[in-house]
Amino acid sequence: MNDNKQTQSPLVGLPSRKAYGKVIVELGHQNENIVALSADLAGSVNLADFAKEFPDRFINVGVAEQDLMGISAGLTLAGKIPYASTYAVFAALRAAEQVRTDIAYNNLPVRIVSSHGGITFDVAGATHQALEDIAFFRTIPGMAVFSPADAVETAAILRATVDVKGPVYIRLSRVAEKTVYTEEFDYKIGQPDLLIPGEDVLMITTGVEVGETVDAASLLKERGVNAGVLNISTIKPLDSKAVVDILKDYKTVMTIEQHNIINGLGSAIAEIIAEANLNLKFYRHGIMDIFTTSGPYKDLLSYYKLDPVGIQDTLLQVLDS
Amino acid sequence: MESKIKELSKIATLIDKDILTTARDCAVGIHIGGNLTLSQIMAVLFFEVANLDPKNPHWEDRDRIILSKGHGNVALSSAMARRGFFPLEELEKFDTFNSMLSMHIDKHRMPGVEISSGSLGHGLSVAVGAALGARMDKAQWQTYCIISDGELEEGSVWEALMCGANYHLDNLTVILDRNMFTIEGPTEETMALEPLAEKLEAFNWFVLTVDGHNIEELLEAFNKKSPEKKPKFIIANTIKGRGVASVEGKADSHFFKISKEDAEKALAALKSADAEA
Repeated sequence: MNDNKQTQSPLVGLPSRKAYGKVIVELGHQNENIVALSADLAGSVNLADFAKEFPDRFINVGVAEQDLMGISAGLTLAGKIPYASTYAVFAALRAAEQVRTDIAYNNLPVRIVSSHGGITFDVAGATHQALEDIAFFRTIPGMAVFSPADAVETAAILRATVDVKGPVYIRLSRVAEKTVYTEEFDYKIGQPDLLIPGEDVLMITTGVEVGETVDAASLLKERGVNAGVLNISTIKPLDSKAVVDILKDYKTVMTIEQHNIINGLGSAIAEIIAEANLNLKFYRHGIMDIFTTSGPYKDLLSYYKLDPVGIQDTLLQVLDS
Repeated sequence: MESKIKELSKIATLIDKDILTTARDCAVGIHIGGNLTLSQIMAVLFFEVANLDPKNPHWEDRDRIILSKGHGNVALSSAMARRGFFPLEELEKFDTFNSMLSMHIDKHRMPGVEISSGSLGHGLSVAVGAALGARMDKAQWQTYCIISDGELEEGSVWEALMCGANYHLDNLTVILDRNMFTIEGPTEETMALEPLAEKLEAFNWFVLTVDGHNIEELLEAFNKKSPEKKPKFIIANTIKGRGVASVEGKADSHFFKISKEDAEKALAALKSADAEA
């Protein structure tokens, strides 16, 4: 995906939400119609720099997520491109109808950039963890849905979506994702990225789990399994033809995501496999339709088998079954 | 002034007439009660107060009118058609398959409308956003938002009320269709809103209470400047189902298909009132 020979991006190693904080300032300088909003979480979603740089173009609506989305819709009536940010769980669920009816039904160019996706707000527990947001957003007509792997991909997606005519959802993390991309690149919406080709076995993943899955592939290689890794950061619009073209070379496919296994990436891939009549072994790995517990991130990843060892063990079980 | 009031009254009567004929000729029915409350408000807003250009509906400096109570779409459609946004004949196709005009507003089918609406409690946040956008650009255009009293039972409206006052949006005017009813009955019995003016004042809004069917009072309220950079809230006291004797001022006026007989009676009453004026 990287066409330019560049040096390492200064964003490498940052959590995706911090990359957002930096890139939104850059975009703000390029386009004066860009405004940013948060619901009393400017620090947490990293809009503080934007607020400082453009105090007249930043709005804190208070602890009021429904208002956050409605106001964002209204700002487009004044020609603005609003970036509305809160935690993923609140963007998807607390403000669901405002997102659907005010923003998406009207096909307005609001960018909903959420933070704390998946279980990355570890210690906060189920109330603050987001395991349904991809399911919600990908069901909304006209909504583009992105789940970047790391800071560099976040920046690329933010730059590539500024001029999208309709609404956009971008899911970010609280934690620093493992680095997948080191150099800046031009993002192509909808295009899956085969990070490791592997042989016969493919792990398809998204967001914060991409780095975990790449490390799982290394562990698996030591065990003699040459598993590939496919990053799908555009959940919608997903280029199903491109996915089928890749999948037809594999016998076993497992999806890995920090999301309920219902209606997330795994379901999106299952739909493609079923409709293309692909004959392969398929398994969805993620949060298995339960409410999660709280604790240090490392412990949660291990408990839900979403760290490299857990992913490795799950894949080996799938291969043995 | 007197001729202006007369002219706007005549337009309001035409809107009443459009509502009644649509309610009579449509397939299923309309929200007749909560449309007949809006005729004078729409007449004043579309034909006097708001700065609009029907030939250029996307004109950058237009005032933004947001009908949050999207079920008031017949009154809005009538006012917009008569103002020249689209042909009046579109009302005859109301609620037919994929028609421009339907029970609730669809922006994609209805030229000149700012935003689709229908689900209650959404429009005021959108209006706050529009007013904030105008403020950022130091633009002179105004935002008007028409809400229902039932909507005030939605928590999201109070989020928007807080925000509008917090940001001193004196370029925003809310018009409340205070007809005293939700679907299930009188607001004060189902979910009491009073003392409403005091609540809104406590939320730091500039509150005016008028007879929502009185053109002169409406004009005066729209023209009054807000003190202390407060957003304006006009409580327009209205009569649900006004002009249809069998249901006037009753919860039953909410949604139905009016009988030919009742429609003719109401239309005849309008005609004679118009002749007297």
